[in-house]
Amino acid sequence: MIIFQNVSKIYNNNSHKMTALEEASFNINPKEFVSLVGKSGAGKSTIIKLLIGEEKPSKGRVIFKSYDVNKIKQRELPQLRRHIGVIFQDFRLLPNKNTYENVAFALEVAGRPQSDIKEFVPQALEMVGLKNKIGNFPRELSGGEKQRVAIARAMINHPDLIIADEPTGNLDPINSWEIIRLLLKINELGTTVVLATHNKEFVNYINQRVISVENGRIIRDEEKGKYILE
Amino acid sequence: MITTFLRIIKYGFLSFWRNALLSTATLSVIILALLVFEGLIISNVLTKTALTSLQEKIDISIYFKNDTLEDDVLKIKKSLEGLAEVKKVEYISKDKALEIFKEKHKDDPAIKQSLEELEENPLLASLNIKANDPQKYGIIADYLDKTDFKTWFEKVTYAQNAIVIERLGKIIDTAEKGAFVLIIFLALIAILITFNTIRLAIYSNREEIGIMRLVGASNSFIRGPYVIEGIIYGLIAGIFSVIIALPIIYFLSPYIQIFIAEMNLWNYFTSNFIGILIYQLIFGVALGVISSVIAVRKYLKI
Repeated sequence: MIIFQNVSKIYNNNSHKMTALEEASFNINPKEFVSLVGKSGAGKSTIIKLLIGEEKPSKGRVIFKSYDVNKIKQRELPQLRRHIGVIFQDFRLLPNKNTYENVAFALEVAGRPQSDIKEFVPQALEMVGLKNKIGNFPRELSGGEKQRVAIARAMINHPDLIIADEPTGNLDPINSWEIIRLLLKINELGTTVVLATHNKEFVNYINQRVISVENGRIIRDEEKGKYILE
Repeated sequence: MITTFLRIIKYGFLSFWRNALLSTATLSVIILALLVFEGLIISNVLTKTALTSLQEKIDISIYFKNDTLEDDVLKIKKSLEGLAEVKKVEYISKDKALEIFKEKHKDDPAIKQSLEELEENPLLASLNIKANDPQKYGIIADYLDKTDFKTWFEKVTYAQNAIVIERLGKIIDTAEKGAFVLIIFLALIAILITFNTIRLAIYSNREEIGIMRLVGASNSFIRGPYVIEGIIYGLIAGIFSVIIALPIIYFLSPYIQIFIAEMNLWNYFTSNFIGILIYQLIFGVALGVISSVIAVRKYLKI
């Protein structure tokens, strides 16, 4: 489903070249749960940005389903992104929309009818356990609640892929475990999940495929892997 | 398609309402800008009326010798009317001149009596000439100076007022040009201030725009609500600018009439109310929408 073929990403900052990713190659198949591990700045975020088309590779090819990220046009990006649900460390909820509207927004941008929204949004919020916070705005929610809204938003479109970029980075341990369990549940229901993290405990608990990145290079890619860095 | 359109409208209103503080601030600036526009429309009317009334007062009169035949006067009138610079030539016969004179002094018994004692009409026939452009009186005066009919002229008023007329002509010309430059300048300032205000309002939403992009919203779906908000700004600001202007004009109108007798600003404003309102609405909406579209564009590239 996802193919990275000798992908390099080089940023040019004032004639100063910075290699964020070097010759990365891997495939991810449907229904896989992949942990992407590495220290901050190792290249995890670059891989995610390439997947959602926020950046284009400097070398190599990135393919997601039928989309060739190298060649994708600006106006086709929304189509690609409707197949991917993204969860960020800083939640990225729309501050002026309440819980219900934040989740509904993902359906609205896809042009889904109002009847779908009325049916699916409460279901998704129920799944993440936020049915009682439907009218609250992000500023009225705790970190864990915000992240659960973000998860509801990410999965509402029934995406083929959920990407979670350090989703527990701003959360306390209890809420973090909650999020990890939710991601596992989503994966069990058949959605591919890519989790970028540097939390050893979670990776070892999940006990599935682990891709380790260091200094922009993929140094290890194991089925049923453990968190092994240094 | 229609659902998407309705959603865009809904979000436009929602965003306007939920960012009430920001909306009010933006709205205030647009109202001020539109008030400047309104002031420009009105001052344009004022200068035009003032200048026309001044121009109306400038003319050249030729007084004819007592023995000139009416046919000859009419011949001169015709030749003057052939000049490109001449706007209007009015013939005032001896009888008409007397009539006007009597009318003017009807309340003065001494003049009335002395007129009755005269056996003959003492007044002269005259031609009153108005030029298209106050600068052109010199040319008309030159023409009169060179013409063969000159022998019939008793006197030509231009000679006496030449300096005043010329100077007035120049002042009117400069005033017109100056007003035009000033209007362009002020309009530009108002446009730039409005644009900047809306840009700042959208700048504060830049992260939101980025999030919408990441969730898979198309550019038009993101831009739409801002355009709707721009329209709302324009409509409300347009209405407010006209309402605010009403009492100001009511208060100022009598003072303006002291300077320009022909100008009743209150009447002008109330009789052209709908026109001014539409004009302001169009301006407000155009300003709001164009500013929004330009400002959002920058953040749609994620």
